[in-house]
Amino acid sequence: MASIDSSLEPILARYGRAPSALLQILRDAQEAFDWISPEVRSAVAHALDIPATQIDCLTQFYAHLYDEPCGRYRVLFSDNITDRMADAPALMARMLDQFGLEPGEVSSDGLLSIATTSCTGMCDQGPALLVNNRAVTRLTPERIDALCALIRARTPLDAWPSEFFEVNDNIRRADMLLGAACASGEAIRAALARGRDGMFAEMKKSNLRGRGGAGFTTAVKWEACRDAPGEARYVICNADEGEPGTFKDRVLLQSYAGRVFEGMAIAGYVTGAKKGFLYLRGEYSYLRAPLEAKLAEMRRENLLGDAICGDPGFSFDIEIHMGAGAYICGEETALIESLEGKAGKPRIRPPFPATHGYLGQPTVVNNVETLCKATEIAIQGGVFYAGQGTQQSTGTKILSVSGDCERPGLYEYPFGVSIAQVLEDCGAENAFAVQIGGAAGCCLAPHEFDRRIAFEDVPTAGAFMVFGQGRDMFETALNFANFFEHESCGFCTPCRVGTAVIARMMNKIDAGHGARYELNELNRLDVLLRTSSHCGLGQNATMALRDMMQKFAPAFERRLSLKDFEPGFDLDAALAEARALTGRDDAAAHLGADS
Amino acid sequence: MNAPFPPRAKKRLKIATATLGGCFGCHMSLLDMDERFLERAKLVDFDRSPLTDIKHCGPCDIGLIEGAVCNAENVHVLREFRAHCRTLVAVGACAINGGLPAQRNPLDLGGLMRKVYCDRVDETAQIPDDPELPLMLDKVYPIHEIVRIDYLIPGCPPSADALWKFLTDLIEGRTPRLDYAHFRFD
Ligand SMILES: Cc1cc2nc3c(=O)[nH]c(=O)nc-3n(C[C@H](O)[C@H](O)[C@H](O)COP(=O)(O)O)c2cc1C
Ligand code: SF4
Ligand code: SF4
Ligand code: FES
Repeated sequence: MASIDSSLEPILARYGRAPSALLQILRDAQEAFDWISPEVRSAVAHALDIPATQIDCLTQFYAHLYDEPCGRYRVLFSDNITDRMADAPALMARMLDQFGLEPGEVSSDGLLSIATTSCTGMCDQGPALLVNNRAVTRLTPERIDALCALIRARTPLDAWPSEFFEVNDNIRRADMLLGAACASGEAIRAALARGRDGMFAEMKKSNLRGRGGAGFTTAVKWEACRDAPGEARYVICNADEGEPGTFKDRVLLQSYAGRVFEGMAIAGYVTGAKKGFLYLRGEYSYLRAPLEAKLAEMRRENLLGDAICGDPGFSFDIEIHMGAGAYICGEETALIESLEGKAGKPRIRPPFPATHGYLGQPTVVNNVETLCKATEIAIQGGVFYAGQGTQQSTGTKILSVSGDCERPGLYEYPFGVSIAQVLEDCGAENAFAVQIGGAAGCCLAPHEFDRRIAFEDVPTAGAFMVFGQGRDMFETALNFANFFEHESCGFCTPCRVGTAVIARMMNKIDAGHGARYELNELNRLDVLLRTSSHCGLGQNATMALRDMMQKFAPAFERRLSLKDFEPGFDLDAALAEARALTGRDDAAAHLGADS
Repeated sequence: MNAPFPPRAKKRLKIATATLGGCFGCHMSLLDMDERFLERAKLVDFDRSPLTDIKHCGPCDIGLIEGAVCNAENVHVLREFRAHCRTLVAVGACAINGGLPAQRNPLDLGGLMRKVYCDRVDETAQIPDDPELPLMLDKVYPIHEIVRIDYLIPGCPPSADALWKFLTDLIEGRTPRLDYAHFRFD
């Protein structure tokens, strides 16, 4: 107990023993102790004077918190479809084999466990895995063997070869944002020169729409926050980037962090917020230290802190909060719950965060890329900005291209670019299908490749996954079904039960026991989830499935049983135990197939 | 001029009902329809049902199943109904989810049987092995995991009003629809 207290004390002190920092405290405790043991659990509960069940709430909700020992090295293979297409399952099997483990099993010496995680945001350099929250990219059989040796030798992660952790930007096409050099402080100074109202007017003129998925007009959001009554205002940068197939925010935070933070400061300037949060997904933990360093540098340059750039009326600072493995925390109200130290379950909207957000106060939540866009508008003005892209989708959009193509990575285009153009540029002219917007997006077949990326046609937060000839789209649909079942937060019944039933039916079809009946049920569930789920996760969970059932029907049909219906399990085997108990083997002690 | 369609005799619908692993509560709810049930009975004929004592189901329009699938016999009855009923309806929580009988699912079947049949002092302790008795399945299953189901009526039991509404819809050719009040239980 003494050793727990001594290691826990600095963690508690770091967060001022605030119950609202519970998630951050547990994350750090997890790192220090490898798991949230009953002793750690009660010590934290005692120190924060909260019920221990509040801790259970978080350990059971967040995938990267463990209330059971999971080994000193916790290895999680990325299970996104692009990783799977790049042979991740075989690599995982290789590693399991070397240690003689089953997925999720902890080795008897407590050294390690190996399992899967939904997405690591490394689709352009996969297959990837996380080991104790650090991403290892570009896995090969050789790299797996090297990893196994390091783990066997109990080498601390800091002493692993740094190239294992190397994350490349892979910028393939740069435009307004990725291509423009921008001096530190340039955007903030430009905004200050325009004044609060002037900057807001430019935002309005730009017609900038959010890049996180929903495409809400940013100026309207900022205005609502600015004008809402409140004691304090907040700016939140949504860097949860959990959508499988998206990784552009990772690059922006790695190589354009100054612009992200300046964008947040500008949002603070316009809305009157003095405090900002960067909500960084746990999978991007490796970015935390450089981001903290960048913040410190900006404070030194007087670009953050009090009286920014000498303006006594402009104070703003930024704090980084870490996520802990929950896709739903990208949804803005779930994110705010998580930021307040709770399980990330979406709130009922309205009221919207712009008026009732963090701690019930007016709050702007914007995507990383959206905030970068605000810096462009500060420097170049709204009219110039609105001149790029299409009428309803101004400016440029960064696409995260992955899958079966020669050049995966980031492609920045003015809105309105055709799918075919992107495919040509990334070296995938012969594509079989493209999944746009991640698992929650739509699936396009070749006859639609002349469609365009824009809110008017194919909207997207940026994921662009390419499937080459010979790919089986059922596999993708199955992967997504398992993903949504895992990531549903469980708050509302249509999604909690619906995603589970869908996953079960898809797995039944995969096992060869599905029939038309299941396909009909899947279509019915699609309508049910779309129309009655509480938040965007459930509402969009079947979009890809619906597209794939329609456009790639043979992939489903060829797996169907010849029967009208069949159980998903062996009925005769279900009697085996009773046969053994009674010693019977007569005809009535067996169940044949339904005739 | 075309001759008018010859008038057709209105078809009398045939209904069958069965209880698998259930408590007859859902059937009680059917009887709870009281005089409405008699009125309904004028429009329909009953085939196999605990209400008629007919032992095997012939071709039917509607089959109502109460209870979960607990043993081999339940499977046979359910298959017989599926084979003969155009429309098969899961009635009540047991049929839909496994309900109360499925409470045994987390327990080990052997341990359960020994507890019931062997931990007794008064008789020769033995798990019955008579071939007349249906064997228990490893787990209790909802009926839709064994055969295709067309509709379900929620409740434990569904209220007489809910059953009345549902059957009236089915008989009159409307897609059955229960209003919130029909499945609000608190
Ligand atoms: C399930 C779900 C996941 C989401 N994940 C993200 C995310 O990772 N990053 C993001 O910026 N927005 C995400 N969003 C959208 C946010 O709720 C919100 O609309 C967005 O952050 C607003 O910023 P914007 O206006 O700049 O786009 C998600 C929404 C849902 C429903
Ligand atoms: S739709 Fe899914 S993720 Fe959203 S609140 Fe409901 S259960 Fe949670
Ligand atoms: S659903 Fe309820 S009333 Fe109907 S058989 Fe089951 S336990 Fe009895
Ligand atoms: S409120 Fe209880 S499950 Fe939705």
